[in-house]
Amino acid sequence: MTPNLTYVIVVGVLVAAGVTLLLERSLTRVLMGVILLGNGANLLLLTGGRAGGAPIVGTTDPEQMSDPLPQAMILTAIVITLGMTAFLLALAYRSWHLNGHDEVQDDVEDRRIMDLAIRDEGPGTADTEGGTGDGDDDGPVGGARPGADVVEAGRPG
Amino acid sequence: MLALVAVHALTAVIAPALVRLWGRNALYPVALAPGATLIWALSHTTGVRDGAPVVETVPWVPQLGLELAFRMGTLSWLMVVLVGGVGALVLAYSARYFRTDDPGLGRFAAVFVAFAGAMLGLVVADDLLLLYVFWELTTVFSYLLIGSDPAKRASRRAAMQALLVTTLGGLAMLAGFVMLGRHAGSFRWSEIAGNLPGGGYLTVAVVLILLGALSKSAIFPFSFWLPGAMAAPTPVSAYLHAAAMVKGGVFLVALLGPVLAEVTPWRPVLLTAGLITMFLGGWTALRQTDLKLLLAYGTVSQLGLLMVILGAGTRDTALAGAAMVLAHALFKATLFLTVGVIDHATGTRDLRQLSGLARRAPALAVVAGLAAASMAGLPPMAGFVAKEAAVDALLHGGGPDLLVLAGVVLGSALTVAYTLRFLWGAFARKPDVAPAEVAPVSWPFLTPAAALAVAGVAAGLLAPAVDRLLAPYADRFPGAAPGYHLALWHGLTPALGLSVLAVAGGAGLFHLLRRRERVSATLRLPFDSATGYTRVVGAVDRLAVELTGATQRGSLPFYLGVILVVLVLLPGGALLIGAPWPQRFHVWDTPLQGVAAAVVIVSAVLAARARRRLTAMILVGVAGYGTALLFILHGAPDLALTQFLVETVTIVMFVLVLRRLPVRFSERPIRSSRRGRVAIGVAVGAVTAGMAYVAAGSRQAIPVSVGFPDEAVSYGGGKNIVNVALVDIRAWDTMGEIAVLVVAATGVASLIFRRSGDLHRRADIPGGGRAESTRPRWLTTGATTRAQSVVLQVVTRLLFHAIVLFSIYLLFSGHNAPGGGFAAGLVAGLALAVRYLAGGRTELNGAAPVDAGVVLGAGLFVAVGTGVGAMLLGGEFLQSAVLDLHLPVLGHVHFVTSVFFDVGVYLIVVGLVLDILRSLGAEMDRQSETEDAETRERELV
Repeated sequence: MTPNLTYVIVVGVLVAAGVTLLLERSLTRVLMGVILLGNGANLLLLTGGRAGGAPIVGTTDPEQMSDPLPQAMILTAIVITLGMTAFLLALAYRSWHLNGHDEVQDDVEDRRIMDLAIRDEGPGTADTEGGTGDGDDDGPVGGARPGADVVEAGRPG
Repeated sequence: MLALVAVHALTAVIAPALVRLWGRNALYPVALAPGATLIWALSHTTGVRDGAPVVETVPWVPQLGLELAFRMGTLSWLMVVLVGGVGALVLAYSARYFRTDDPGLGRFAAVFVAFAGAMLGLVVADDLLLLYVFWELTTVFSYLLIGSDPAKRASRRAAMQALLVTTLGGLAMLAGFVMLGRHAGSFRWSEIAGNLPGGGYLTVAVVLILLGALSKSAIFPFSFWLPGAMAAPTPVSAYLHAAAMVKGGVFLVALLGPVLAEVTPWRPVLLTAGLITMFLGGWTALRQTDLKLLLAYGTVSQLGLLMVILGAGTRDTALAGAAMVLAHALFKATLFLTVGVIDHATGTRDLRQLSGLARRAPALAVVAGLAAASMAGLPPMAGFVAKEAAVDALLHGGGPDLLVLAGVVLGSALTVAYTLRFLWGAFARKPDVAPAEVAPVSWPFLTPAAALAVAGVAAGLLAPAVDRLLAPYADRFPGAAPGYHLALWHGLTPALGLSVLAVAGGAGLFHLLRRRERVSATLRLPFDSATGYTRVVGAVDRLAVELTGATQRGSLPFYLGVILVVLVLLPGGALLIGAPWPQRFHVWDTPLQGVAAAVVIVSAVLAARARRRLTAMILVGVAGYGTALLFILHGAPDLALTQFLVETVTIVMFVLVLRRLPVRFSERPIRSSRRGRVAIGVAVGAVTAGMAYVAAGSRQAIPVSVGFPDEAVSYGGGKNIVNVALVDIRAWDTMGEIAVLVVAATGVASLIFRRSGDLHRRADIPGGGRAESTRPRWLTTGATTRAQSVVLQVVTRLLFHAIVLFSIYLLFSGHNAPGGGFAAGLVAGLALAVRYLAGGRTELNGAAPVDAGVVLGAGLFVAVGTGVGAMLLGGEFLQSAVLDLHLPVLGHVHFVTSVFFDVGVYLIVVGLVLDILRSLGAEMDRQSETEDAETRERELV
């Protein structure tokens, strides 16, 4: 089997455009990227089977038929893309409804950890060695001498 | 033995209820579980002594060769007696130590007895993996016991420290066990012991196993966790840190010693670590002012001594070691219990505040004195017998043994010194301290300690009997001749002389340090492994923060970019280096493909550059239609049909949502980052194109689908191969896919119908779920209500039924011609979409007065039902059958059961589109109307 150069080029362009959009922050753009990428992937699958007549017995001679297997796979992929498009659209709308835009924001928790790492704060630094300040009141806890301050006073009774 | 472990587990479950019922007295019945263990072990004494171990095997996971294999030989017998006996006595003691209204008492009782059960399992397990399971169970339960006061940070920290250290060792040990098991072909120690193949792996395995044993027994460099664990209540310290848990490591060394002692790292590691621990612990004990901590460091020291003696690995040292395990459990548990009594009677454990206790509580002093004498190794106590044996055994060894002997004698002197410090601190009258106020000590409180102390004396007096009981273990060492025997009096031997020397030295040291209390208090060891622990834990925490900060950026484009760059670099690099680039290719199958391709390429590139949402959407749609064109030219009519329909539905959806979104995309990204995106996009596109080129050109095998045409007709009963593939050949795949569609539809509905935090039922919303009329009328074309194009509404109403009919035709003809459930469902969905676009949600409800969820559910039900029906009729799931019927009027009917499956697919696709129209259409209308109304109201006000 020889590759069809047209398909190869179309696949490349669809994927390139799709990925460029996928890396944007606007959910609508991301969604369009997903659709273009999906089309590119479908064509990539199609490249794997030969072209020919419609794979319908009686209409086309089996020798002349296009390969039906990639087509069955692509057909399910097309419809799945529809479901995904609907879901992402709903997500974009909801984001707009709540935040007034449809941009994918950075995760706040992750940013906080990044800031800790940059400022050299948080667990494992010198100032927090005695624990991470979880708010109890049983006095200072020294790090160096175990036991000296960890023995409770017993339970009278 | 399994039954005994089960009894412990059961007792642990009911213990909290018992405590609620009877208060602290409930601990007496709870003590029956370990008590029963003791009695059971004692009843097997004769058999075990005569060399007949108790064996019990219950299949567990036969496929993995795992079984619950238990075996009680001499060593296990000794441990079972200690675990059961000390456990029962400590529980009885706890019944007076705690107050009835202690809030954590139920939990304590449960965890304590569960711990005793785990410890029992640990010492009788024959299978090493089973031993590991019990080992970790003791770790977990000890964590709970040490942290029994979760409100105290010190208690939490100590518990976590013990957990981390012992689990780390446990994991290393597991790796060692697996190595042993893999090489010996069995995990049963009784089988491994007989035929362990030698080799380099053995060294690694021994080191790993020793890591586990040393960390469990708080041996240097892991010794710091044990004093910290003194945050636990005193009964816990007495049991876990004297008789049970810390003995786990000692037990393991004793168990494996007869076989592994000859492996190179065994002796050096154990002797070095043991001696260091012995000195560090003993020396630190001399500086303590808290009686409990003094004992804790003493325990560390004694554990080191035990490791040294057992690590020496000869017949006589093993005998001495076993005797030492017995003696240590008895005297150390006693001493801890007496500290608890002192604490309760006087309210303090600080030896600087205690004075004259011997006179005020003589019984207590006697009990403590007996145990202390055993600890110091004075006759006629068990401790003396064991130490004599150890010294004698080492005396008869070679050069290194003599060095170890010197260490042991020095350690014994330290032991004598801190024993004296304990006795003096607790009981002596100090001239400058006021005599302590002593509350009366009830006899049930003191009895357990007294019983243990008496047992220590008895074991010493009955040394020859103990010798007969323990000798079978020692005789397991290879080449062992019955040599040394445990006895109180061996005559005037060098060993006795060394004992006297140790006692005298210890007494001297004690007096020396007492005079110079201040000096000893300021003496510090040059290093501290606890600091090391803090540093390591801190470093791990820090690493986690830095690593998370560096990799977990929280930015979606960043993550995607990383993944895509890897795709470009690795598969792309492989493509460049090693791909078999095909030399032959064809430009197109037909020049028309070139035209369609140009359409797709131009619209895709423009779509990526578009700034308006609508423009981008239209361009993406054009690219999709162009792809459909390519499908036609390829010879794939089903694909083309579906692609056209999906593209159209997608455009409808976009239009519905874009009504509400801003016209333009938000702020253009900065140019440099945009360049980066394009660069990644182009690179990924190039790699994908390269893959397509190489993959298509490398194909040599005959396609799987070569037989499809014949099979489609003969088995599937259809001529359209793609459709038969969907509903028959690859029906499972389709089943999964329609399930995904249902999930997506549900997701869409939940995202849109969710308002202000609560989820309304769609049926409750007027016009949202069902038609307003009470009696649903299907496919109606009632009065037009909204100010919309009447012409459009009338036309769509005229066309609507025809389109629906056409969709049904597509559905049933799909088996033999282009069409099928997907395409048909999309056509019907478009019919609904047109009705909605023309007349809004009233029109939609008139056309389909049913909840989308019902349609989706019905579709899934039909599809799954088809599959199950085939199974009920004796076929496989989703197997189809061809039926040829002769009906009176219709004549010959050719019918394939997989059409039902396709009906299910049809319904699901219709349901999906209906769901989209209801959510992205009708519900969004309603929300915007509500908002507009609110705005108007506000303006009016």
